[in-house]
This record gives sequence, structure tokens and C-alpha cells, in this order.
Amino acid sequence: MQLLIFSAFGVGAVVSALLMVTNKRPVRAAMSLIATMSFLAGLYALLDAHLIAVLQLIVYAGAIMVLFLFVIMLLNLEEKEGKLGGNVILLQAFGMVVVGLLLVTMVSLFQANGSLAAPGDVGAEFGTTKAVGKMLFTEYLLPFEIASVLLLAAIVGAVILAKRRIDDSERN
Amino acid sequence: MLGAVLFSIGAVGVFTQRNALIIYMCIELMLNAVNLTIVAFSRFLNNLDGHVFVFMIMTVAAAEAAVGLAIIISLFRNKATVNVDEINLSKG
Repeated sequence: MQLLIFSAFGVGAVVSALLMVTNKRPVRAAMSLIATMSFLAGLYALLDAHLIAVLQLIVYAGAIMVLFLFVIMLLNLEEKEGKLGGNVILLQAFGMVVVGLLLVTMVSLFQANGSLAAPGDVGAEFGTTKAVGKMLFTEYLLPFEIASVLLLAAIVGAVILAKRRIDDSERN
Repeated sequence: MLGAVLFSIGAVGVFTQRNALIIYMCIELMLNAVNLTIVAFSRFLNNLDGHVFVFMIMTVAAAEAAVGLAIIISLFRNKATVNVDEINLSKG
């Protein structure tokens, strides 16, 4: 049963990711990305990471994707595809080679699959908000605070970027 | 396994797409693939440290998306395009 759900979520995630990458229209790509995020949240829940699954839905499928859609609609993009120069095609060929190497690594991982230890039973506490939160506020308190400072820096940076644009348009 | 597949798809997207917004989405996809791998290993090793790491990665991804989208908006105001081939400001 668990394997069935895993396969369903996994195939769904891969298919919607492929749809996203191959799509030319940003809005459709964003919708496919939301589907991928939701499937991944299901996978997290299946892996006993309940807090991470909920966070995935709220932060990614909620906040970040709303931000993406907002920007896409703000920019009101027309669908045009630039012509590719020779250099770019070379670069793409290089990218394909890198991805091919990644795939080879992946296949070797697949062959080593049998040597991976079987998942042990975990306690009922594993992955709950209580357990993760306790860890976050004791052992990882400093990284947690640094993350909050990073978020503050991101807020200030975004505001400054937006403000400079308004100043420029006033000057013109 | 699935994480590697998703990461590969994201990498292909970064290298092939010309739209800066879709490139950002592909970066998010790659981050998610790494998250999935970390959670899976955390489950198999019965260790909660991975969840904390994933939490941190999500924080960084949110910050990066906010700043990156602000940069894309200001670029679009200046150049009226989000096609990365037409953006070559660093030539001076």
C-alpha cells in the first residue's frame, strides 16, 4: 500500500516537473511547479516528516508560488523565444553532458540499492512538530537565529531593490 | 533515486530555458529535490537532524526567491525583457 502511494506521488512529481521544464508559458510552468510541490509534500508525509510536509505546502505551494504568479502577471509577458547563438548551443551541449553524468551516477546508485540498510522502525514522535521544534530550539538555536537574520536581510534587500526602481522612474 | 531524477530535470531546465522566471522555478525544483533526498536519508538513518537542515534550506529558498524576483522586476523595468540572452549588463 505504501509502495503504491509512493509510486503514485513519485510519478506525479516527475511528470509535472517534466511538464514544467518543457513549457514555454510561465503561468503553466508555475501551475506544474505547484503540482510538483504538492506531490513532494505527500512524499514527505509518507517519509514520516509531517512538519516538513506541512511547511512545504504553506511555504512553497502557498507563499513562493503566489509570489511567482504575482510577478508573472505583473510583468505581463508575451511568449517569444529568442534565437540561440552558436555559443549558447555549445553551452547547452555542455549542460547535457553534465546531466548525462548525473544520470550515470544515478544509475550506479540504483545498482547499489540493495546495499542500503532497510528502514528501521521509528518512534511515534519522529518528524512531529514537537520533536523537530525541540531540536530546533536546543541544538540548532544559533543556525535558527542566523536564518531569521537572513530573512530580515532578504526583506530589506527586496524593499531597497523596489525603492530604487521608483526613484529612477521619478527622476526620468 | 527520485530526488536525483528531479534534480536532473531541474538542471536540464536551467540549461535549456531562456526565460529567467522559468530558470528560477527550475532552481526551486532542484532545491526541492535535495530536500527530498535529505528527508529520505533522515528517515532511513532515524535521525532528526535532516529535518532541521531542510527547514534551513526552505528559509534560504524563500529569501532567495524574494530577492531574485525583485531583481527580475527591476531588470524588466530597465530592459523590458526576461530573456537571459538579451541581458548583458556586465559588458559595461
